[in-house]
Amino acid sequence: MSDNSAPALIGSSGDSLREAFGKELTRIAPEFPKLVVLDADVAGGTGVHHFRKAHPDKFIQCGIAEQNMVAAAAGLAATGMLPVVTGFACFLERAYEQARLSVGYARRNVKIVASHPGLDVGPDGGSAQALEDIAAFRAIPGMVVISPADPIEQALATRAILEYDGPVYMRTGRSGSVRLFNDDHVFEIGKGQIIRHGLDVTLVACGVEVARSLKAAELLAEEGIEARVVNMPTIKPIDEALLKRCVLETGCMVTAEDHNIYGGLGSAVAEAVAKNRPCPIEMIGLKDSFGTSGEPDELAEHFQITAPHIAEAAKRAISRKENLQ
Amino acid sequence: MPTCAPVTETASKTATTHPVISAPDIEVQIAEAARFTRRHLIASIYRATSGHPGGALSCADILATLFGAELNVWPSNINDPQRDRFVLSKGHACPTLYAIAAWHGFCDKKESLNLRRLGSPFQGHPHVKDLPWVETSTGSLGQGFSVAMGMALGLRLQKIRARVYTVLGDGEMQEGSVWETAMCSAHHKLDNICAIVDYNKMQSDALNEEICGIAPLADKWRAFGWEVFEIDGHDIPQILSTLHRAATTRGKPSCIIANTIKGKGVPYMEGSPAWHGSVKLSHEQAETALQALGCTAEEIKEFLDV
Repeated sequence: MSDNSAPALIGSSGDSLREAFGKELTRIAPEFPKLVVLDADVAGGTGVHHFRKAHPDKFIQCGIAEQNMVAAAAGLAATGMLPVVTGFACFLERAYEQARLSVGYARRNVKIVASHPGLDVGPDGGSAQALEDIAAFRAIPGMVVISPADPIEQALATRAILEYDGPVYMRTGRSGSVRLFNDDHVFEIGKGQIIRHGLDVTLVACGVEVARSLKAAELLAEEGIEARVVNMPTIKPIDEALLKRCVLETGCMVTAEDHNIYGGLGSAVAEAVAKNRPCPIEMIGLKDSFGTSGEPDELAEHFQITAPHIAEAAKRAISRKENLQ
Repeated sequence: MPTCAPVTETASKTATTHPVISAPDIEVQIAEAARFTRRHLIASIYRATSGHPGGALSCADILATLFGAELNVWPSNINDPQRDRFVLSKGHACPTLYAIAAWHGFCDKKESLNLRRLGSPFQGHPHVKDLPWVETSTGSLGQGFSVAMGMALGLRLQKIRARVYTVLGDGEMQEGSVWETAMCSAHHKLDNICAIVDYNKMQSDALNEEICGIAPLADKWRAFGWEVFEIDGHDIPQILSTLHRAATTRGKPSCIIANTIKGKGVPYMEGSPAWHGSVKLSHEQAETALQALGCTAEEIKEFLDV
C-alpha cells in the first residue's frame, strides 16, 4: 500500500494465514496460466490484494455480490479457466446454493477460499463469525474442505488446491498465527499427520486449534499424560486410516476446532471412528452457539476452546476410556 | 416419429457463417423445429406424469431459433472451445431443450421422451454431468444467468469470439442474484452475452404482477446498463433479426425481452398459470394438445403409447 496514511489492516502485516495464502497465490500464479481470482470488494482482507497488484489482468472484481461471484466462477471453470473465489467466510455462505448447484453438482474446478473464519474474526462480532462453514461445505457431495494450521501449511495447501482437479473450500485466517511447521513440511489433500507423539489420548485439530492442542499436550505432559497431537488440515476427505491407527494406539480422542461442534471436524472424526472401531471422543468447539465481539484470544477463553479446555477434555476422554476397560 | 426431416448440420452451420440458405427457408425450418419441439415436450411431460408445460411452450420458438440459426453448436463440436454457449437458466423448461436438442441430433428423439425417470439422463432439470451438450446444471432460478456471465468472462479472457446465450423466465427476475449478474455484466462491458427473457407474464402461482411485480422490465435492464430489445417471442423472423442486432452491439451486454404467451400452441393452456405446473397431463389432455399442435392420429399414438 503506497498510502501511508491508510490504517493498517489488523493482521495483514503479520504472519496471518490470509497473508500466506495471498502471497503464495501471487507467487505461483505464473505456473497456472488459467488462474483467475474473483473478489467481492474485500481483497485487502483476504490477502488477494497482493495478487491484484501483481496480476491485475487475472483479477476479477465482482462487487459485493457473492452469489453472482460463485456461480460466475463455475462459468469461468466451464470455459477452462481456474477460478479462485475469495471472500469472508460468513459472506461466502450466502452463495451456498451456488456452491451446491453450479460448483458442486456440476463438479466445476472452482476453489472457494474463505478468510475470517470462526471466532478468529474477533471484534466484528457474532454476525461476522462463520462457525458453520465447514459443516455446510462438507455436506456438498465431492467438495474437499481444508483448514490449514500455519502459514507454511497454508502456502502448501494453496498450491495443492490449484493442482487438484475439483471443487474445494479452504479456510484461511485473519489473525497473526503461530508458526508450527518448518519449510520441509508436507501437505497432501486428505492426509493428516502426527505432530506430537503420545499413547494416552489423541488430540485431533485443524486451523488455529492445532497450536492450542500442542499447548494442551504440554499441559497434560506436566501431569504425566502423554497426548498425541494430530494435525488434520483436510476435514473432507478425512484421513480415516490415520484415525483408525490413533484409536488403536491411544483408545480415546479429543477434537478441537474454531467451529460449531456440530458438523465440523468433530463430526467428521466421529463419523470415521464410529465406522471402524469406536472410542470415547470429546469435542472442543462452539457448543451450538453464535459468537460475539471480543479479541480472538478472549473469545477462545469465553467459548472454552483454549489449551486448558482441550487438556480438561482429554482427561475426560481418558477417564471414559478407563471406565470401558 | 412424426415425419419431420431434421435440419441438416450444414444448413444450420451456414445460417450464421455462409448465408447460402435464403432467409425464408431458414425461417421455415425453424418453424418446423419449433412445431416438433412443442409436440415432443407435450409427449415427454405426459409420459413423465409431471413437468412444466406452460413455460416450456412459451420459449419453444426462442430455443428453436437459437439452435436453428444462431448458435454455432452441433453434436460434432460440443467440446470445441470456440463454440457458442447456451444456458437454459429457467431450467424447469428443459423439456423444450431436450426436444430441440433431439431435433438437431444431440440426443435420440425417442430416448429424450424418457423424462424425469430414474436412470434417464433427461432429469427434471438439465444436468451437465448427465448430458454433455448441456453447458451447465440449472434448476435454481438465477444461477444459470450468473454461470453464463462467467462463461462470457472466460471466453473473453481467452480471446475466444464465441457468444453466450441464456434464456431466463420472467418470475426469475424476482431472484436478487439476477440483478447482481446484470450489474456485473454491464460493469465488465460483456458484449458477448445475450440474455433472453421469456416474458409470458406468469409464474408458478399467478401473474407476475400479482406475485411481485417486475414491470417496467425493459427500463430495469436499461438502468442496469444493458442494450434492450423488446420483441414478439413467437415471431421467428423478429427473433432472428433481433439476435443479429444483439450480436453487433458493442461495449455492453444485450437483453431481449421476448413477449410470449404461456402455453403457446395449446389453446387450453394459453394464458393460464395453472399450466406452469409441475402438472400431470391426462391422456385426453395430451391428445387434445397434440391435435392442436397439428399431429395426425398416427403421430399422437406414437407419441403417447408408453
